[in-house]
Amino acid sequence: MTSVVDKVRDGRQAVGARWRGAPRWVRWVTLAAVIAFFYALPNPGFYQYLGPIPTTGSNFTQVLFTVSIYVLLAVGLNIVVGFAGLLDLGYFGFFAVGAYTVAVLTSPTSDLKTLWPWLLAVPVAIGLTMVSGVMLGTPTLRLRGDYLAIVTLGFAEMIRIAAVSSEFLKGQRGFNQIPHPPGQYADGRPFFGVLDARPYYWLVLTLIILVVLGVRNLTNSRVGRAWVSIREDEDAAQLMGVPTFKFKLWAFAAGAAIAGLAGALFAGKQNFVNSQNFELLNSIIILAAVIFGGSGNIFGAIVGGGLVAYMIERFRGIELLGIELYEYRFLFFGGVLVLMMIFRPEGLIPNRRRAAEFKDRRKEVTVGE
Amino acid sequence: MDFDGLFSNFGELTTTGLTQGAIYALVALGYTLVYGVLRLINFAHSEVFIAGAFAALWTWNGFGLDQNSQVAGIGSILFYLLVAMLVAAIASAGTATVIERVAYRPLRKRNAPPLAFLITAIGASIVISEAFGIWTRRLPQGAPSLVSTKPLFSIFGVPIDAVQLLTIGAALVMMIALDLFINRSRVGRGIRAVAQDANTAALMGVNKDRIILMVFIAGGAMAGVAGLLYDVRIGTLTYSVGFLLGLKAFTAAVLGGIGNLRGALVGGLLLGVVENYASGLFGSQWKDAAAFAVLVVLLMFRPTGLLGESLGRARA
Amino acid sequence: MSETEQKPTVPAQASAPAAENLPAGREPLLEVDHVTLRFGGVVALNDVDFTLYKGEILGLIGPNGAGKTTCFNAMTGIYQPTEGEIRFRGQRITGKKRHQITQMGMARTFQNIRLFPEMTALENVQVGADAHHKTSVVSALFRLPRHWREERDGIEKAERLLDFVGIRHRMHETARNLSYGEQRRLEIARALATDPVLLCLDEPAAGFNPAEKEDLLQLIRQIRDQGVTVLLIEHDMRLVMGVTDRLVVLEFGKKIAEGLPAEVREDHRVIAAYLGVPDDAA
Repeated sequence: MTSVVDKVRDGRQAVGARWRGAPRWVRWVTLAAVIAFFYALPNPGFYQYLGPIPTTGSNFTQVLFTVSIYVLLAVGLNIVVGFAGLLDLGYFGFFAVGAYTVAVLTSPTSDLKTLWPWLLAVPVAIGLTMVSGVMLGTPTLRLRGDYLAIVTLGFAEMIRIAAVSSEFLKGQRGFNQIPHPPGQYADGRPFFGVLDARPYYWLVLTLIILVVLGVRNLTNSRVGRAWVSIREDEDAAQLMGVPTFKFKLWAFAAGAAIAGLAGALFAGKQNFVNSQNFELLNSIIILAAVIFGGSGNIFGAIVGGGLVAYMIERFRGIELLGIELYEYRFLFFGGVLVLMMIFRPEGLIPNRRRAAEFKDRRKEVTVGE
Repeated sequence: MDFDGLFSNFGELTTTGLTQGAIYALVALGYTLVYGVLRLINFAHSEVFIAGAFAALWTWNGFGLDQNSQVAGIGSILFYLLVAMLVAAIASAGTATVIERVAYRPLRKRNAPPLAFLITAIGASIVISEAFGIWTRRLPQGAPSLVSTKPLFSIFGVPIDAVQLLTIGAALVMMIALDLFINRSRVGRGIRAVAQDANTAALMGVNKDRIILMVFIAGGAMAGVAGLLYDVRIGTLTYSVGFLLGLKAFTAAVLGGIGNLRGALVGGLLLGVVENYASGLFGSQWKDAAAFAVLVVLLMFRPTGLLGESLGRARA
Repeated sequence: MSETEQKPTVPAQASAPAAENLPAGREPLLEVDHVTLRFGGVVALNDVDFTLYKGEILGLIGPNGAGKTTCFNAMTGIYQPTEGEIRFRGQRITGKKRHQITQMGMARTFQNIRLFPEMTALENVQVGADAHHKTSVVSALFRLPRHWREERDGIEKAERLLDFVGIRHRMHETARNLSYGEQRRLEIARALATDPVLLCLDEPAAGFNPAEKEDLLQLIRQIRDQGVTVLLIEHDMRLVMGVTDRLVVLEFGKKIAEGLPAEVREDHRVIAAYLGVPDDAA
């Protein structure tokens, strides 16, 4: 048993080593091919050849859009949890702030009656989400990490309660007729329509690439070093001159902004937002995705977010021995969280260094006992 | 804001709040005990409570009682209550033990970072709550009305009923028992020793694993009783209520000073009362939001709680 | 390094031999002014009072549990003194944030090594160098010129310092995978990267064999010769004798002696503290 596990591990490490050792052009070509694959994926003419991959229970293109939103969220949460080591359990709350901001500013059913176009509302949504992140972070980021977890959880729940109860946010009735993103074909048909989810997916995919480039820039800089040093040893980081509070706040704000963007995209696609879109367990799914993929690793977060969201949708409509699998999705993710932490805490695609850390700790303990 | 609503119902809001607060306090004890000894927020404690609540309910079902049953005679009512209380306490303590064995101990042995504990705790709590959800088809389950909600007497014009008396009374008895257990018994001494300095306690021959297990069992038993009281008071039980109640109980623990047993009592009662006043003032749909507002404000100004974190060391 | 910030009236003393480094007429760098520190009922530091002058190597010694590390932590802003105050470059440290104290020019290492274990040696030192950098989210996100300039500066400085402490060949190794001695050296490099005026070393030779200790002494002298004042905490008397200009001796949170190493070695209270007075030993 162990030998198989070891072989798999060695195999994966060999792949990683070969990737890093490969010439630059090979890496670029591979990357371009992967990106091209994902741009081509929502076309029925393409995915019909992919065997069991397209979902059976729901429209595959719609599923791809949902999955892409989750990937974006995972990339954002990875900054907070993976790099800075701050446990944010209410991440979906920021998603809700983004979606509601767009809804309130653009929908004709909103009390504000501002009727902004979608594109104008997006930067406001991102800005407001960042502000809410800073407002939540300022009192709590000075405290111990586990308090942060509970407070963020409470925050997401408060947002949900506000969405359900407040007159202004319309509860279950929600906001209708949220405008779509702009743009039209040569013949005047809108590019972002109601039936075809592909353009939205392509939009999110493009934004994911941009966001990943941005996050990479951050993590390969003084900012990223500060985040990792805080995660590793906050006291030592302070004593080495890192303004830890400022950078924790930045991690929080950057994560929130990405969630706000995702919320704005979601609102623009659905053109309807109500209080039922923001169940708390969604925050847990994204966290599971980040941990599952390997926290502290952008590529891992992408794979984790994609796999987790895709699996949920893949379960939909499948019955096994008379059991509706979709019903078991949260049970499954809860179990995955526990098992991952016990048996493979470094995640599916670990941060190369983190894996070493987890292994070493194990060694120290066995020697110590 | 509806000041009239607050003042005209002030008495009822207070007694309802104290009753609810007694349940929060019992659950809060579990958070505080585990935190005091392990410096760990046992996120899965809410599901320890749910396990007790379902155990009590199913015990009554086992006796052939369902939500329409009426039980007459003080003797048989007491019998059903006590048996269900025992079963609930055992079920919750058992659940807590399983969580500690499966989710926490392996990580502790590996000296895992604190984040890992929180994540397994979240995972474990989802597994438990979803298991109950699937088992009950996510439908609310009714409890038999064992205790009458007819007013027995009134104090300053505020009617008091038997459910309120039972809830507050049982909670107080359990808390006094726990206080005696921690402060007087040999095991309790061990718990205090580990809470103060785990390494020294280990050198003095205290078995840390056993102490930790005892803490989970004691906290679990309290949560089990809280589960039974919840059934009696609310009359129906849904698989998902543990989450919100757990969050509030945690708030109560922080409010009183996490790690501080008496703080949990004070925090629980205070939170129950405050959220009922808030519902009188702003409308009942804002009741839950009030609890989190209290938590955030508290953490801003007094993160060590009202009574301080006494079971363990000062804030790191 | 920070020499440029010195007032021109101060004579350059960087290359002066150790034995001639006497405190008289020197500019005080760090003043521990009658500091008392209590934790509840325990008095960890009792009216400790000494001054560290620019350019010297001061040893802070005492038996285990004498309050050396506590004193150290008070100086670096981890503990607030209950009474008295600590001044660094003439400014009160009390109330300053830890990273501000570092930016003022005080750097330290830790008795129990506290590197960033998952970062490479190079990155660890870069974090130290970042103490004086200004790149924040906007310049990093858009790769503005400041980011590139500071990144280049940080890497150059880090490579130079890793070379200086002798572990440059290991710079792409994660800190966790370095040997014990390499980790100690990396801590010194990381602290030096913050451009300190004062470098505080907390038992840097703990766990070293005599040869390694000798190398370390050499390194400390070199650091001082570059104009950095050094505070050395150590309980190994012999090590301290070889390198320090002056000594301060603590016992049970009190200063029991201060002076040249040769004087302190003859002080009967110090001998008693180290060898144990009869009623203490019994």
